[in-house]
Amino acid sequence: MHRYIPNTDTQRQEMLASLGMQHIEELFADIPAQVRLNRPLDVPRSHSELELMTHIKALADKNLGATDYVCFRGAGAYDHYTPSIVNHMLLRQEFFTAYTPYQPEISQGTLQAIFEFQSMVCELTGLDVANASVYDGATALAEAAMMAGNATRRSEVVVSGTVHPEHRAVLETYGRTRDMTVKVVPHKAGCADMEALRLAVTPITAAVILQSPNFFGVVEDLSGAASIAHAAGALLIASVDPLSLGLLKPPGELGVDIAVGDGQPLGVPLSFGGPYVGFMAASQKLLRNLPGRIVGITSDTAGQRAYVLTMQTREQHIRREKATSNICTNNALVALATSIYLTVMGKAGLREVAEQCVSKSCYAYAELLKTGEFEPAFAAPFFREFVVKSKRPVAELNQGLLTHQILGGYDLGQDYPDLQNHWLVAVTEKRTKAEIDHLVRKAVQ
Amino acid sequence: MRKATKLIFEQSVAGRRGYQLPPLDTPTVNVSDHYPADVLRTQPPGLPEVSEIDAIRHFTALSQRNYGVDAGFYPLGSCTMKYNPKINEDVARLCGFTNSHPYQPEELSQGILELLYKLDQMLADVTGMARMSLTPAAGAHGEMAGIMAIKAYHRHNGQQQRTKFIVTDSAHGTNPATAAAAGYETVEVKSNDRGGVDLNELQRLMGPDVAGLMLTNPNTLGLFECDIVKIASIVHGGGGLLYYDGANANAIMGITRPGDMGFDVVHLNLHKSFSTPHGGGGPGAGPIGVKEHLVPFLPRPIVEYDGTKYYFDHDRPLSVGRIKNFYGHFLVLVRAYAYILSMGPEGLRHASETAVLNANYMLHKLKTRFDVPYDRICMHEFVLSGQRQKNQGCSTLDIAKRLLDYGFHPPTVYFPLIVKEAIMVEPVETEPVETLDAFIDAMLRIADEVETDPDLVKHAPYSTVVGRLDEVKAVRQPVLRYKEAPGTDASAAHPTRPTTPSPMAPAGKAII
Amino acid sequence: MNIPTTLRYSKDHEWVRLEGNTAYIGITDYAQNALGDIVFVELPPVGTALHMGGVFGVVESVKAASDLYCPLSGPVIAVNTALMDDPGLLNRDAYANWLIAVDLKDSQELEQLLDAHAYQAILE
Repeated sequence: MHRYIPNTDTQRQEMLASLGMQHIEELFADIPAQVRLNRPLDVPRSHSELELMTHIKALADKNLGATDYVCFRGAGAYDHYTPSIVNHMLLRQEFFTAYTPYQPEISQGTLQAIFEFQSMVCELTGLDVANASVYDGATALAEAAMMAGNATRRSEVVVSGTVHPEHRAVLETYGRTRDMTVKVVPHKAGCADMEALRLAVTPITAAVILQSPNFFGVVEDLSGAASIAHAAGALLIASVDPLSLGLLKPPGELGVDIAVGDGQPLGVPLSFGGPYVGFMAASQKLLRNLPGRIVGITSDTAGQRAYVLTMQTREQHIRREKATSNICTNNALVALATSIYLTVMGKAGLREVAEQCVSKSCYAYAELLKTGEFEPAFAAPFFREFVVKSKRPVAELNQGLLTHQILGGYDLGQDYPDLQNHWLVAVTEKRTKAEIDHLVRKAVQ
Repeated sequence: MRKATKLIFEQSVAGRRGYQLPPLDTPTVNVSDHYPADVLRTQPPGLPEVSEIDAIRHFTALSQRNYGVDAGFYPLGSCTMKYNPKINEDVARLCGFTNSHPYQPEELSQGILELLYKLDQMLADVTGMARMSLTPAAGAHGEMAGIMAIKAYHRHNGQQQRTKFIVTDSAHGTNPATAAAAGYETVEVKSNDRGGVDLNELQRLMGPDVAGLMLTNPNTLGLFECDIVKIASIVHGGGGLLYYDGANANAIMGITRPGDMGFDVVHLNLHKSFSTPHGGGGPGAGPIGVKEHLVPFLPRPIVEYDGTKYYFDHDRPLSVGRIKNFYGHFLVLVRAYAYILSMGPEGLRHASETAVLNANYMLHKLKTRFDVPYDRICMHEFVLSGQRQKNQGCSTLDIAKRLLDYGFHPPTVYFPLIVKEAIMVEPVETEPVETLDAFIDAMLRIADEVETDPDLVKHAPYSTVVGRLDEVKAVRQPVLRYKEAPGTDASAAHPTRPTTPSPMAPAGKAII
Repeated sequence: MNIPTTLRYSKDHEWVRLEGNTAYIGITDYAQNALGDIVFVELPPVGTALHMGGVFGVVESVKAASDLYCPLSGPVIAVNTALMDDPGLLNRDAYANWLIAVDLKDSQELEQLLDAHAYQAILE
């Protein structure tokens, strides 16, 4: 017997008897003997809850997250505030144990929540339509590139080297598989190199791809990139930070055709990288190329407003090999978490968090420069993250900081050979002045 | 019980607040000093302004318009809606996991890496494979990674001419969608009259231009492919590889393994057989497993152990590359790990045996009133046809909607495509026999209703918060977001078709 | 099932009406009925070169998408844009609402089409 399997041995026997059988083995007669597994599975014996918690807690405790460390590392995963109501709502079984809302009459909760998520993504990005989510920011970017390829019938994308290295890696993987060429244009002084982008764009470019704030924290000139892309008949794809959009101009107003990104900064815990949530928004004309699920409004037989999965003929379960993407399960529960965050923070809250990130990161930047041990790397304005050039190797710097329970900034030299000793420091609204001062003191010890 | 709800935007009150941040303790920087004017917003985003209690009431109300496994039976074929253990939620929320940064040093992530490594080994044993990659975010993502690995393998061996991939006519839509997304031309192989792959057809289709075959076993009809060894031999004999769609793994844990059946690549849906919650549509996880000859092509990174420490191996020159940022849906993987430890080897086997018994028990009782396209022992799920009822005036859709009135989530309908008026039922092992009996009873009563009062069935459901929806209108006049309109000027928003002001908008604000 | 005798048909449930050298192509009453409420029609741009048997577009209902197979070869000279705004026209009158007009290149291809009688036969 097992605590998750209700039917008793007696009940099993009765059920078998109803089938005219005596042994469970008779049900597996179709399985050829030569493929039968004749030993138990090589997994640990069954654990009770008490043993399970002891064992797993021991594993959890062997990680930095179990300590009281202070986080100044970002690079795509940010230590932001999560309002307590998010977790309480996510633990409502009606949300987390529910299936995809294919039967809308009993899924109005999920469907309306997704509709609200879509609406909020459109508000933040200033674009017309959004889907119900995809896996993460990296796959959202890859899907956007494929979308652009389908919409323009072109086979190349031009991406700035200021886009997150892992996002570019995923884009390249998808590109190799779909025969979509990915051209990378190196950064210039921490920004996308507009002139080089202009030269790289050709008549077979489906899209120009930028990130803003970019991997270095720098806010890019999206409307400049839009002119370059559109002049060549290509689309502009921008990977954007949803938190920054509480403050920064929405990509839709800057000529961006497809905006993607990761919702992690909206109260999703660091979680060693996942699950986070990818979002995608696009202009109206690209609706039919948009992958993923989409919820729309309709009415029921009594004329009452209701929500339903719609435009399903784009998707795999109907179009099969002609689907816009193969995506089925997405990241609905995490999308819900971000909706709850945006609901409770609201118009004013999102802006206030973003403003605190600006003030605190500017303070940290100024204080680090004052020590004389760090120099500015780039001149352009940043959001929440900045780069300084360190006199000491970053690895050594970070090693020292760890002894003081500080997770220092990201070592850019790992990904950019021309940026050795460049330190990417993230400062969110959670970092107090005391923590920042402590970082600065210990960084020069 | 019909009750309308408002969108959260419609509950907004200007100036209302639901949050509080600590006061800024560093000097205030004016954004207009830090940024040029042309990158700054001129209008705030249209997010709601509500208090914490408004938010709680709103999401609570939404949850009450939903149905989860915790509420009741969810016999969706192909979805494996088993119970989601609550201890898994607790372990996934341990701060050692939730508070760890993906780029923290590996020396300070040894617990996490050990969990991943052990999960890799356990799943490899369950599937009979050499190594796993735990990074795919969902089944379809795993399929993509697996097909990419096959493609890379063939290219590496100079077999670029293999441009086709065979899928079955009963395949889940993600199979041909994935093959096409990976750049293959899909070819369909027919099922025979026992519901298995037609071997002669497969032999005919297999050739030097075929990269492989994607198969689910048991298949989407819930039937075990008895000829699996022969199928493997035909595909391998032609130089192709065999891909296993693990959506139906719940039927076979501890009993047989795809690796032993001859498959080269598998994916598992952790949100199916391994109990991680569906979350209303994700997040799931779709790890893939491969045989030795495909290990070099696995997506990177993979977790390794050198005898003293665990680490991520990024140095994999033949890898298909990265398919996701960071390392996959880590907290979902934690839940699967916890599940396997809770079950143990006997528990996993017991789960599959019980799932298969539950399904056969139900099939036996339902076949008195519903057509059964393939009258054989089924595995963990089975397919009925609602054709008899269709001839009496009610479609499978009507039956599904009427089941809602009996308090059940309907089974999967209209899939697989090769069965007319298909109804696919998967009871799972976590359901007690009393629930199965109650569902059978409901189905038999509905079969009666179809005969005696078909109109009742055709206009169901009656007891849900909304009735049947106008899905045609939802596509012809798409309204895919909320937008507050100035006054009642509906044309100010984003219509795809000429719109008329919505008759269902509450007074004061138009929903466009 | 409505099958006008003045038209010719393909086995893929399309009809053809010839006006001089221009072939107007649409879907049959059987097809619109099988699809259910049509919600979207995707048609090729004017000028596209079509080949007999090739896919020239898609017609979608809520739960299904069907490829449209071209019964004749030739360039597309006109597209019925009214269907973009009101795809339901096809349900209301499948024969009055053509999808595309093609400049017929090879009149021999007409012989491969079915007459009303032959089309009726395949429906049975």
